[in-house]
Amino acid sequence: MNIANVLATGGEWLRGEGPHHQIVISSRVRLARNLQQRAFPGWAKKAERTQILEQIKPRIEELTEMQDSFSEQLQDLSALEKQVLVERHLISREHAAKSVGSAVVMNRKQTLSIMINEEDHLRMQSIRSGLQLKAAYKLVDKIDSALESKLEFAFDTRLGYLTACPTNVGTGMRASAMLHLPGLVLSEMINQVIQAVNKIGLAVRGLYGEGTEAMGNLFQISNQTTLGEKEDEIITRLSKVIETIIEKEHDARQMLIQKKSNTLWDQIGRAYGILTFAHAMSSKEALNLLSIIKLGVDLGAFPEDRRLPIDELFIETQPAHLQKSSQQKLTAEERDHLRAQIIRERLRVFPKPDISKLAREAGDGSPPEPKTNE
Amino acid sequence: MLCDVCKCNDATVFLTQILEGKMQKVNLCDACSKEKGVQDPTGFALADLLLGIGAAEQIEKGAPTQKCPVCGFTQADFKKTGRLGCSACYDTFSEGLGSLLKAMHKGTEHVGKFPQRAHRALELKDKMRALTEDLQKAVAEENYETAASIRDQIRQLEVERAV
Repeated sequence: MNIANVLATGGEWLRGEGPHHQIVISSRVRLARNLQQRAFPGWAKKAERTQILEQIKPRIEELTEMQDSFSEQLQDLSALEKQVLVERHLISREHAAKSVGSAVVMNRKQTLSIMINEEDHLRMQSIRSGLQLKAAYKLVDKIDSALESKLEFAFDTRLGYLTACPTNVGTGMRASAMLHLPGLVLSEMINQVIQAVNKIGLAVRGLYGEGTEAMGNLFQISNQTTLGEKEDEIITRLSKVIETIIEKEHDARQMLIQKKSNTLWDQIGRAYGILTFAHAMSSKEALNLLSIIKLGVDLGAFPEDRRLPIDELFIETQPAHLQKSSQQKLTAEERDHLRAQIIRERLRVFPKPDISKLAREAGDGSPPEPKTNE
Repeated sequence: MLCDVCKCNDATVFLTQILEGKMQKVNLCDACSKEKGVQDPTGFALADLLLGIGAAEQIEKGAPTQKCPVCGFTQADFKKTGRLGCSACYDTFSEGLGSLLKAMHKGTEHVGKFPQRAHRALELKDKMRALTEDLQKAVAEENYETAASIRDQIRQLEVERAV
């Protein structure tokens, strides 16, 4: 499989299926592994990195899960191609900055991606849509078990798997879920939730991992610690917390419908209006407005069959995804125009928001009349 | 009070995180707190920050002049990058890393997955632990005949582990 095929088709996890898929966009589990007695990628000289790469890459390519895989060294990918992979969460931002001596191998469905010589010699990641952390772990665990018979992983009976950064030592596992939480943001309860989650040793981050902003009401929740707890314990604990957050998000949405229905309808109406008629839009604005439309679909203001086109726009309006469909290099301004154009075209066939269902839930049987005594 | 990061400005942001009953405190000045993303609660994790500040000092205590025999990594390099040089560094700098890992994680011992080939090593380790306990018990009970036999078993096991 070549890069053109990868870029042309979205990953399976983007389809928005799986348990709790309205709120949980995706579940990811990654394992960090290193070879024994070899310098970690950040410390190894170029020659050693290349040697390690040559030792690992064929072992990955021969896995049955990697039949018809996409496998490329980082120096053979353009900056744009790397960025597209970052936007799809198939490689990290850090990995995109790598060149000679690093590679990525991923399966056809784009549900399994292995980075070679990122921060660790191996970073194996499995992505599923919806809340499926257990299933994601199962796959990546299977890959790990298949590889450990062919590669000698650095392991210590007391400290577990040894990693370049001491924060990953032990299981080497980071499990995370990407949640869409507009209800908690609109009801201003999100900070409380973030603080509570932080207190129990889990991390909350923005859209693209460490140190990034939460755009589009999207939040990543992951385990913070890796030593002293079993993999399945970490995953069970994380899943439980996520289920609680899902409940809180549903509660917040109900509260908004019951008590702040005007604000909610105003937000949905404005998002629809701007997205339908704007001619220039930054990726941040697009994400924030699309998030509100997605909430509208969840609440029944738009028909259910409009969900997929909206979900797709979340990825398609990202800078590199926009650029890849264009022949020449776009300036930021040109991208903003193109983005608005793509969204307008997608929304042209979109019905106006129907708030009658929402209004029924709010209990007054009809959409609220605008106040006339102003 | 001075900022823990730049150590020149007065600290204005005081952070406390309680994780599994262990309390972590960090004091930062306005500029450093912004740089570390502290004011954006979504992009911030105390462990990452602690790693940046405390790690190098922790490791210094353990191995002031040490160099990893496998990869040549030193504590100064750790101070710069916050990453280790190779898997053997965990051994080289074990003394200093111990308290760092303790502060960072839930526990100090790995209880998760073991690679197949490590299972044998683990079995031997468990056996060794049991024998050592038995030996202490036998000595305490002044049961020297048993103690001598256990000692022989331990020696045998040490040979097996070395293979």
